[in-house]
Amino acid sequence: MTTLHIPDHVHILGPQRLRPTLRPALDRAQIGDRIATITGGWEEREGEDEELRSHVARDVVDLRIWGRLEGVFAANQELRTAMQERYDRIRVLRRLYQRQLSHALASARELLTTHDGWCEDLYELATEASIDAVRIIDRKHREHVADIHASFRERLDPSRYPELARQREEIRATLESCSALCIAGGHVAILLNRMRALGVLDHWGTRPIFAWSAGAMVLCPDIVLFHDRPPQGAGDAELLEPGFGIVQNLVVLPHAKRRLRLDDPMRVALFARRFAPARAIALDDGACLEARQNVLTHVDGSSRLDEDGSVVLLQTSGSAA
Amino acid sequence: MNQLLRELAEQGRNEGAIDAFLEKHELPFVDGSKVTFVFHGFVDEVYLQHWIFGLPSSQQFERMPGTNLFHLTIDIPARSRVEYKLEIRKNGQRRLIADPHNPHFARDPYGANSVVQGAGYEFPDWALEDSEARRGETQDHKIESRVFGGARDLRVYLPARYRPTRRYPLLVMHDGQDYERFASLVTILDNLTHRLEIPQMVVVMTQSPNRLHEYADDPRHADFIADEVVSWADERFSLVDSPSARGLGGASFGAVASLSTALRKPGVFENLFLQSGSFAFTDIGDHDRGPLFDPVVQFVNRYRDAPTRPAQRIFVSCGTYESLIYYNRSMVPILRDTGAELRYVEARDGHNWENWRDRMREGLSWLFPGPLWLVYE
Repeated sequence: MTTLHIPDHVHILGPQRLRPTLRPALDRAQIGDRIATITGGWEEREGEDEELRSHVARDVVDLRIWGRLEGVFAANQELRTAMQERYDRIRVLRRLYQRQLSHALASARELLTTHDGWCEDLYELATEASIDAVRIIDRKHREHVADIHASFRERLDPSRYPELARQREEIRATLESCSALCIAGGHVAILLNRMRALGVLDHWGTRPIFAWSAGAMVLCPDIVLFHDRPPQGAGDAELLEPGFGIVQNLVVLPHAKRRLRLDDPMRVALFARRFAPARAIALDDGACLEARQNVLTHVDGSSRLDEDGSVVLLQTSGSAA
Repeated sequence: MNQLLRELAEQGRNEGAIDAFLEKHELPFVDGSKVTFVFHGFVDEVYLQHWIFGLPSSQQFERMPGTNLFHLTIDIPARSRVEYKLEIRKNGQRRLIADPHNPHFARDPYGANSVVQGAGYEFPDWALEDSEARRGETQDHKIESRVFGGARDLRVYLPARYRPTRRYPLLVMHDGQDYERFASLVTILDNLTHRLEIPQMVVVMTQSPNRLHEYADDPRHADFIADEVVSWADERFSLVDSPSARGLGGASFGAVASLSTALRKPGVFENLFLQSGSFAFTDIGDHDRGPLFDPVVQFVNRYRDAPTRPAQRIFVSCGTYESLIYYNRSMVPILRDTGAELRYVEARDGHNWENWRDRMREGLSWLFPGPLWLVYE
């Protein structure tokens, strides 16, 4: 069984709006008074964090990553154009990827639900081959997106843009005085790209990180977008791009109960098998995942999607994730 | 006869047994595609009055011999929604009433109808209040219309967490206040926004005091909507300044007004939401829909002769039990051939507000896709 690797300093939480669990997590980790928050995933509402501040009852400084980069782009036409070109290319790539996925996933779904009671081994071989085809499409997409981002980041060399370098330095200095970093959810692509552009994690080391929803997604090796019940389209989960990879072998699924058909064993099995060896973990309200030396020490409300189509509630202790 | 009624008839036909029977069962009976309506009372005759195009609009109930129990069984296909009333006749008097044994009603500007749902119909959960959804704000305004000469009421929906620092798409809805009252528009906007299925958007709800005239390709109405209402909204709210972020919609004559306005004012709205449009036309000769339809028929005939693209994206829906289904089906290929991207949806329903309610998720989320794939709060 794959071992899920959650470093000791990382705390993965479920959505915070209805059942906030951040403060107990901070208390358990004995976090001191000054913590940094990232609410850039909220875009224009970045920094509107009165509820969060009141909940954590600690001195909070928001890094304002959304606003800082808006300012950088506003002051630099070249960068703004480069950003627009990047998103235009990614949009085209995403449309092509979705078309590839729709065919490959349809084949995998058909085979996962086709059994005639004999020669099961042959059905399994064919099913595995279909899921492999999906994995190849995923892998190629990941590479193509990473190439586009890499070429953009070459243009975003902070030394070429004094304003960007200044913002990165301010963030580095702010973080020096903070004992923990809290990454809120929101728009996952904006969160990831702005954290990268501003080098938020470059000097953070192994100080504690508390992350929920999209904030937890960006810490994973790959960011998987998912929704089984969209109003338009088939609901094919897709890779956005690589995340920071601070946790390993993990795909987190915030709001899984609302977004996924967890009562459909075929869809659960396909999801789990497609992204293996990473483990797909549902993070609903109240969820919390913490580990010490890779042994889960605190688990609440988190479930694992298994390759046999079942959804298993995670338990504290043991590395069963 | 319905099996349960047959058993009742065999058990005995006294009034007490009938009352107990009616108390015990949910009515009308829906058994596969068969729906049985029942009425119990001291009347002479009972008729089913419905608005299903293609069926006789009045069908007589049969009396169970020796009782005051009347019943009628008709075929209603799966997933249908049918609104109806009962016409009871007694001593030469006729009266239309809601079905006293059916707790399900649909309201409209003229009152309420009873509703029967065919097997498999699912009430849309996204049209019910969701305690987790943040509530948007509705505001009542008046706009001074130079075109019509006088003040007009506007109601504005601002999404929850509206911020003037962000720019929002704009949707203008004809008869928006009726949409709010009878088709749960505001609740649906709250829910679809909460579910990230549509973006946060500003919705301006108009309400005409003379809709049958003003909506029938009246050039003043196009000026009012495209010039006065859009400018008014632009001045007060933080809106995306692009036709592709503007939508215009309505039902029945409101759909005619939407199409007419989009054609008269090209480049203002690039998204149209047309529900059960009253797109009556003639291929030859006169129409038989009365004088109110004269300007509509002239408009649609003209458009069919020389169609142009009214918007980039058009959502069209119509109930298959509407007399307008023929016109809507006919308009679809014409609109599509103009190069517009078009989504057409039919439902087994009639010309009513709950039909329009039930199609709103599909239409709005198609015209204005929300950020559900990228936002995880």
